[in-house]
Amino acid sequence: MVNYIWVFMTLIGLIFAAFNGTIADVNEAVFKGAKEAVTLCIGLVSILVFWLGMMRIAEKAGLLEVLARLFRPLVKSLFPEVPAGHPAMGYILSNMIANLFGLGNAATPLGIKAMEELKRLNGGKDYASRSMITFLAINTSSITLIPTTVIAIRVTYNSASPTEIVGPTIVATFFSTIAAIMIDRYFYFRRSRKG
Amino acid sequence: MQIISAISLWFIPVLIGFILVYSVIKKVPAYETFVEGGKEGIKMAVSIIPFLVGMMVAISVFRASGALDYLMNFLKPILEMVGIPVEVAPLAIIRPISGNAALGMTSDLIAEHGPDSFIGILASTIQGSTDTTFYVLTVYFGAVGIKKMGDALKVGLLADLAGFAAAITIVTLMFGSK
Repeated sequence: MVNYIWVFMTLIGLIFAAFNGTIADVNEAVFKGAKEAVTLCIGLVSILVFWLGMMRIAEKAGLLEVLARLFRPLVKSLFPEVPAGHPAMGYILSNMIANLFGLGNAATPLGIKAMEELKRLNGGKDYASRSMITFLAINTSSITLIPTTVIAIRVTYNSASPTEIVGPTIVATFFSTIAAIMIDRYFYFRRSRKG
Repeated sequence: MQIISAISLWFIPVLIGFILVYSVIKKVPAYETFVEGGKEGIKMAVSIIPFLVGMMVAISVFRASGALDYLMNFLKPILEMVGIPVEVAPLAIIRPISGNAALGMTSDLIAEHGPDSFIGILASTIQGSTDTTFYVLTVYFGAVGIKKMGDALKVGLLADLAGFAAAITIVTLMFGSK
């Protein structure tokens, strides 16, 4: 999908420029865009290094496990089909906590492990179970506390207050996660009514 | 609204302090662990370069040609009716499809409008508060061999929509005067 969008955007731009007399601007834009992207990535290094370093400390000190224990009751009510003490629960919790702190790389393997366990609970069938859809919905709505990369971009472009967005992001992510859970529940009840 | 601004200001320093105090209590070699984790940050930043170059070149060609303005003028009346700033519409479309592409667009919006402008803040919030639904779906279901996704895609995309609505509402409430 992204392949089509990418090619489409570039081609439309080129064709539009040919008819619009902006071909000189487009020439310049190619190199300006590329340069800007690389400059940006160099700027990202500072904050990514710092934040991933901090998070590694949190992980090693066992903070993620403490949080996981704290959230267990909440998550139990979200996944009524997963028995207490099942390994799936542990993976789901660690995945959510990792996401919470913007540790996308740590979250993905945990999420996959969680899915594996959920599939086993579903008898190894190849269709998505209720718990799987719930887990996915929560993941796609993304529960983030610190949007590290975005803050880094804001720093790079000399924002007067790069972290100004942390508050609104937490509020938005909170509402979108609640909405995701409600939408998921709605579809579940619609399915179960149909039998 | 003031509380949310205070959270923005205090959250990161408090979190850093908390992690460090906790690491001392747990006797974790904080500095060495920090360095070890930080190395991953370099790898990550380098690995997104190709994604950003690809996307930002495409966007800047699209914009420099005049096609973006044309499209926006076309979409403006429809989007304004529902209260969506026309500048973030392309971001909203690409956010569920590719995280790195969306990152490119967010960077572009911030560079173009300024990080502290209304559009800059809105783009930052959208980028931070939703995730790449198609990626999560492909990776998680693909890895364990789920072929029938059921309602998963519908639920994921509707949740994204709710996320955009939430981001637009909260940013308008807090920064609408900018």
